[in-house]
Amino acid sequence: MNLTVNVVEENEKSVLNVSGEIDAYTAPKLKESLLPLTKKENNKVEVNLEKVTYMDSTGLGVFVSALKSTKENNSTLTLLNLQDRVFRIFKITGLDEVITIRAAIRGGNE
Amino acid sequence: MERFDFVELKIPAEAEYVGVVRLTMSGIANRMGFSYEDIEDLKVAVSEAITNAVTHAYEETGQGEITVGFGIYDDRLEIMIADRGNSFNMQKVREEIGPYEPDEPIETLREGGFGLFLIEALMDEVQINNNYGVIVLMKKYLSEKEVDFDGDQVSTTQ
Repeated sequence: MNLTVNVVEENEKSVLNVSGEIDAYTAPKLKESLLPLTKKENNKVEVNLEKVTYMDSTGLGVFVSALKSTKENNSTLTLLNLQDRVFRIFKITGLDEVITIRAAIRGGNE
Repeated sequence: MERFDFVELKIPAEAEYVGVVRLTMSGIANRMGFSYEDIEDLKVAVSEAITNAVTHAYEETGQGEITVGFGIYDDRLEIMIADRGNSFNMQKVREEIGPYEPDEPIETLREGGFGLFLIEALMDEVQINNNYGVIVLMKKYLSEKEVDFDGDQVSTTQ
């Protein structure tokens, strides 16, 4: 029930590798790591969600605020490698049309 | 009277206990024979209801208790989530929920408030009583087909 986050910085690109569960308890930790990356000018922010096994609307809130922040700073936000169940939450809420999401792992599970 | 088993949990209204209820939720749903997909839906719905109770109900006092009841029937699971904190304005909440529209400008996108929308999308029946505190009652039937309220919006799981 924990969340671990690590950041890999490259040239004008930051990759955030996230693993665990994103809920009301862990979302603040995600936000704390993600938001500063989105505040850099012309930064490509990629969030790798391959190892995220659970996410609810608290995670959506974090990604919406990150998206807004990237737009304000001429940066981009891309979510990568979502498991089916996590992708479904974006789809039901229509957020998959708003946030750039790439390369879902089909049939991923724990 | 219809026979059922009842399991009750009382937790502090704090975010760190959301995951504890989720674990209990999957244990019960698994024992009842729900599919993997349904169990994941139940986990999200229950977490959303408890997150709402934690964030809204007790924002003034910062403390409180949430009661979660699981009614285990032959053909369905009924989950009741109750807090005694402040009620919220149901009409206002209803107006604010709903999926995103693709043409909505990013600046105006909501950062919260899809909890109730997700609960309604993922469960078969949802009732909310908002007189003294908030009570959310939701039901999910065994072997019910996946929620499909709009064919091209929700992909039925393969």
